[in-house]
Amino acid sequence: MVDVTFGAGYPLPPPEVEDVELYHAKSWLTKYVFSQDAKVIAIQYSMTAMSIGFVALVLSWLMRLQLAFPDSFSFIAPSDYYQFITMHGMIMVIYVLTAMFLGGFGNYLIPLMVGARDMVFPYANMLSYWVYLLAVLVLVASYFVPGGPTGAGWTLYPPQAILSGTPGQDWGIILMLVSLILFIAGFTMGGLNYVVTVLQARARGMTLMRLPLTVWGIFTATVMALLAFPALFVACVMMLFDRTFGTSFFMPAIIQGGEHLKTAGGSPILWQHLFWFFGHPEVYIVALPAFGIVSDLISTHARKNIFGYRMMVWAIVAIGALSFVVWGHHMYISGMNPSFGFFFATTTLIIAVPTAIKVYNWVLTLWRGDIHLTVPMLFALGFIVTFIIGGLTGLFLGNVSVDVPLSATMFVVAHFHMVMGVAPILVIFGGIYQWYPKVTGRMLNETLGMVHFWVTFLGTYAIFFPMHYLGLIGVPRRYYEMGATNFIPPSAATLNIFITVAALVVGAVQFLFLFNLIWSLFKGKDAGGNPWRANTLEWQTPQTPPAHGNWGKELPVVYRWAYDYSVPGAEQDFIPQNQPPTAKAV
Amino acid sequence: MATALMLILIVAGSVLFHFLSPWWWTPIASNWGNIDDTMIITFWITGIVFIAIVLFMAYCVFRFRHRPGIRAAYEPENKKLEAALAIVTAVGVAAMLAPGLLVWKRFVTVPKDATEIEIVGQQWQWSFRIPGRNGQLGTSDARFVSSDNPLGLNPADPVNQDDFVIVGDDLHLPIGKPVKVLLRSIDVVHDFYVPEFRAKMDLMPGFVSFFWFTPTRTGTFDILCGAFCGVGHFEMRGSVVVEDEKSYQAWLGKQKTFAQLSAEAKRAEASKVEIKY
Repeated sequence: MVDVTFGAGYPLPPPEVEDVELYHAKSWLTKYVFSQDAKVIAIQYSMTAMSIGFVALVLSWLMRLQLAFPDSFSFIAPSDYYQFITMHGMIMVIYVLTAMFLGGFGNYLIPLMVGARDMVFPYANMLSYWVYLLAVLVLVASYFVPGGPTGAGWTLYPPQAILSGTPGQDWGIILMLVSLILFIAGFTMGGLNYVVTVLQARARGMTLMRLPLTVWGIFTATVMALLAFPALFVACVMMLFDRTFGTSFFMPAIIQGGEHLKTAGGSPILWQHLFWFFGHPEVYIVALPAFGIVSDLISTHARKNIFGYRMMVWAIVAIGALSFVVWGHHMYISGMNPSFGFFFATTTLIIAVPTAIKVYNWVLTLWRGDIHLTVPMLFALGFIVTFIIGGLTGLFLGNVSVDVPLSATMFVVAHFHMVMGVAPILVIFGGIYQWYPKVTGRMLNETLGMVHFWVTFLGTYAIFFPMHYLGLIGVPRRYYEMGATNFIPPSAATLNIFITVAALVVGAVQFLFLFNLIWSLFKGKDAGGNPWRANTLEWQTPQTPPAHGNWGKELPVVYRWAYDYSVPGAEQDFIPQNQPPTAKAV
Repeated sequence: MATALMLILIVAGSVLFHFLSPWWWTPIASNWGNIDDTMIITFWITGIVFIAIVLFMAYCVFRFRHRPGIRAAYEPENKKLEAALAIVTAVGVAAMLAPGLLVWKRFVTVPKDATEIEIVGQQWQWSFRIPGRNGQLGTSDARFVSSDNPLGLNPADPVNQDDFVIVGDDLHLPIGKPVKVLLRSIDVVHDFYVPEFRAKMDLMPGFVSFFWFTPTRTGTFDILCGAFCGVGHFEMRGSVVVEDEKSYQAWLGKQKTFAQLSAEAKRAEASKVEIKY
């Protein structure tokens, strides 16, 4: 047996920090709006992220319409199209995925899962949300300024990002950079909270190696984000200077439209290094929380301990560390010293090993399980399939020479949507179906959930699987229209129409999900405290939804890991983490 | 049952799509066939992994579906199995990485007999420079760019005078001769992308990047821009014509050198001045 499983003889240490003194809300305003309760902040983060996510969804519809039916929509000019793709990408990566996993799931689950009353700095936590909201509003404001939002592509490569050949050069790019700076400032306040809470505010008996993998994933991702976002922060500040004060951090001597611009000596490739030093860890900042959550979903609904818990923890940490030395794989054809290719290809492919181990352990958890195909479980299974495709195509793009023909094509678009678009979003959905009963006290409607799952899962597969093959032909990304070429067969246009139809259907079914969220709030089945019969602490709260302070008078005491499912000889097929051991169970 | 079936259908559908769909890469027109070979190796290894894992999942979902009275097994770890899987994965990864790195070694090693040519990008067109009799390209700098000198060649550099400057026209290349392509941009980041050549590289303003290839098939191929370069990105097209040595020399004979173009520009300037007075 494993030592992480049974710690009954382990002497309970005193709490590492005194019981947190909570600010108890005195009015409606401080209870629901300027709340310092991590659970309320989590809901605020999630609702804001979902709202802006629907904007990104509509943008993706518009760009898909243009790709399938070029010349059909007079209201989509090239500049509009480039604004759509830029805003869609930035919104999804930063303002939806990062905010949802860390601000949403992180805030809700960390204090509950580690057995704390709240985050350790509740006031900073509240500020974190309001600065995030401000960042979102600044971003949205760029739709209402002259010239509209920036159309520089979500990577904002200079020099074009701040030159007149790119849409949104007047105000859009400035607002984008300001919004990112705000987002990072807001995130830092929240992120420090998550890290300190996990390290300092765990319940007695909650050793690090008893933490649920959800917490491990969010914790590691937050540490990474705190290290990676500063690179983006300084890059944004420098570009803002280049744009507004005429500095030349990223600007060499440039001739545009016959005019010699007053720039000289800057390095556009420096931006790429800074951006991807943030940008690649960002992929795992999104993926690691998803890895953690999906591990817990699979374990709970297969009624079986997660297979190889310790290996899963070390894989998360290893992936997190390695992801800081692979950023160059986004720049194989950037013209940087070609010798870098050897290094970055090697580090990138090494990451495949811990990542593959995680996949094996998920599917091995299914082996000899007692699989309940609940909606959260279906989303978890959908995640595995999608993530396998996305991970395996990463082996094409990471392997430097194979990347050369594929880079800048639709293959790349298909790859990153599978691996860091669809896969994490399937986990977000799974997580919402899983924890909505704890948040609201009611179950989401299962039939609607099933429809939502199957249409989303199969639909996104239909969108992105064939898209890889467009990239193989050589269809480049970020093209408003293909026009005439002598290498793309006419059938590719048919495939584009098929993809667009699938995208419209997948988008539409998200509104069904929205309906389910609202309808179930009033009409959903009563959930009870622990509808999934799960072990982790958030299901053991005295009230559902948990009150401010989470635990009533007594903080929980933890006696075991999170995965005591189907323990031989136990009465039930689950043993909550705070259940003291009986003589028999040891 | 339905879920397991669906997983099997996804595997079957994906495999059939891969082999039966009409969408595949364009016939190659350069020496980089071993990039294609490495990709085929990668397809096989990743394809087998994909099929194996998803079918295993389908089996588990069917075989271990919830049935009343049956409990899951309890097995926290299995060190041997975990180690074995890690080793097999590492071997698979090495089998893809090794050829990838070997090909990259060739990619970054320019053959000594390669002819240097230059490709210059600007929003949103391609221009080219081919060395004259001296076989060398002279110095250049964005500071020298003007309407008479669109590529910014150094007028004081004698090496530049016999370079052929091709603006607003196709690039021609002789078949079977390795070329080292020097890439330069005078405004934003562009990327010289010809799908049939497989190789591509960014044009980064501020410095000169390079790559090399040998054209192996005659014909006319599209040049696309592979790096987003502003609102006209999708219209930044050109053509490269690969032809036999004789046709190539005939074409080159019709091109103008930097010295000729400068002289023409001076004459035009002078005639303008005369009209003025």
